[in-house]
Amino acid sequence: MKYVILIHHNPESQKIWESFSADERAEGLKVYTDLNEDLAASGELIVTEALAYPSEGLRLAGREGSAIPSDGPYAEVKEYLAGFYLVDCDGMDRATEIAARIPEADMGLVEVRPVMDLAAFEL
Amino acid sequence: MSGPAEVEGLLRDLAPQVLTALLRRTPDFATCEDAVQEALLAAAVQWPAEGLPANPKGWLITTASRRRIEMWRSETARRRREEAVVALAPPEPPPTPAVDDTLTLLLLCCHPSLTPVSRVALTLRAVGGLTTAEIARALLVPEATVAQRISRAKQRIRASGARFRMPPPAELPERVAAVRHVLYLVFNEGYTASSGSALHRVELSAEAIRLTRQLHERLPGDGEVAGLLALMLLTDARRPARTRQDGSLVPLAEQDRRLWTAAAIAEGTALLTETLARAPIGPYQLQAAIAAVHDEAARPEDTDWPQILALYDHLRVLAPGPMVTLNRIVAVAMVRGPRDGLRELAGAEAEPALAGHHRVDAVRAHLLDLAGDREAAGAAYRLAARRTLSLPERRYLESRAAAAGPTHVQGRWDRAAQ
Repeated sequence: MKYVILIHHNPESQKIWESFSADERAEGLKVYTDLNEDLAASGELIVTEALAYPSEGLRLAGREGSAIPSDGPYAEVKEYLAGFYLVDCDGMDRATEIAARIPEADMGLVEVRPVMDLAAFEL
Repeated sequence: MSGPAEVEGLLRDLAPQVLTALLRRTPDFATCEDAVQEALLAAAVQWPAEGLPANPKGWLITTASRRRIEMWRSETARRRREEAVVALAPPEPPPTPAVDDTLTLLLLCCHPSLTPVSRVALTLRAVGGLTTAEIARALLVPEATVAQRISRAKQRIRASGARFRMPPPAELPERVAAVRHVLYLVFNEGYTASSGSALHRVELSAEAIRLTRQLHERLPGDGEVAGLLALMLLTDARRPARTRQDGSLVPLAEQDRRLWTAAAIAEGTALLTETLARAPIGPYQLQAAIAAVHDEAARPEDTDWPQILALYDHLRVLAPGPMVTLNRIVAVAMVRGPRDGLRELAGAEAEPALAGHHRVDAVRAHLLDLAGDREAAGAAYRLAARRTLSLPERRYLESRAAAAGPTHVQGRWDRAAQ
């Protein structure tokens, strides 16, 4: 079963990250590389990406309309999507176990969402 | 002349035989598997154009062996360059003669050091002879994911020290159980995805049946392997009736039973009858028996629900699980009436195993619908539609929620349910 693990950031988490020393940052990034390595080894990783700041994105006003910057004037106070994992694993319990290894989980910024599948109710 | 489809079928049959022939000479699973893949790809290009060689299996073994030696040489050269040391690895002990190579190969691909997703991918490639691209399309994941799964699985097998040989007899039951489970997963994956876009996709359920047949031939005395094969046949028989043209699901009670595949039902039933008479009962046999009872009813109202309930009572003891509990409750409702079913459901959902399970609402909606309580059924269908993890199921539940509106016909209770 597939799950998307969403990692959010907010001004508070951003501040903490910025306050880190170089060593602390390296340690934080190593948590991610270790996780990626383990998920690759277990065959559970489909894709993971970190996202640019929302200020670099665009939001469409409509299919024929123009695109406007996705970040509004109050960008600095809101929560935004900072990265994601798409994993293929045994079930919600395993997906939660994976998500719990993400440092941002400590701040309540990590979300696990099941991907809809095509399963039917027979068998 | 041989068409590409004919060549493909032949290659898939020969793949595990060629791999095991190589493994008998050098037990390096990872390299042998790569070499066989390359030989298969070469054959898939050459044979349809140039015709089959006189001895296709011999051709593949020769081509794969050459490739394996090339790989070995370049690997050795690389090591020499890198380390400037020619240290020969200690010779591998010769593999003990296997009772059956395909079985040994299946057991290796379903090795306990691998995750279920990796076991599935490796089995489909090494035993099923599918390409990485075919596996990716079948499993609905990117090709790179499958390639990585397979190469990492092979590394892990190597690291675990597993060899191409039969496990000790004491470990065998557990290892064979792992193989059964992987084949079950492959079947389910195919059966599940059949309502999705099927274009250019390998039929995984057909592949699972083919591999389970092979396992059954090797272990004819294993009642659960026979039970699994029967379950697959009896379930797959309903495939032509279970989706509409637009891909939406048709519940069992509404399927056009004339579309069911009679030959598969006959084969599954015969296999099951023969197995039940001689082997100790197990969960796959019980599930097959339930499928057989459904399959033998010409009309939904002919379904022998008391028999199904008795089978679920057994299954609940042997292999308890949320789906068994819920299906058993549906059977209770069909035998004793929907109100009894709803009472059991209320009791069951208080237990931790079922609390919060996304199908509880779907079953409640169904039972309320049977009881003629349209309003409550509509609300439960809406809730169930919000909680399901399946797209076709969501569409189905939404349509049921809409149908439970004020004009809905009452008294569906005498219509059989799935």
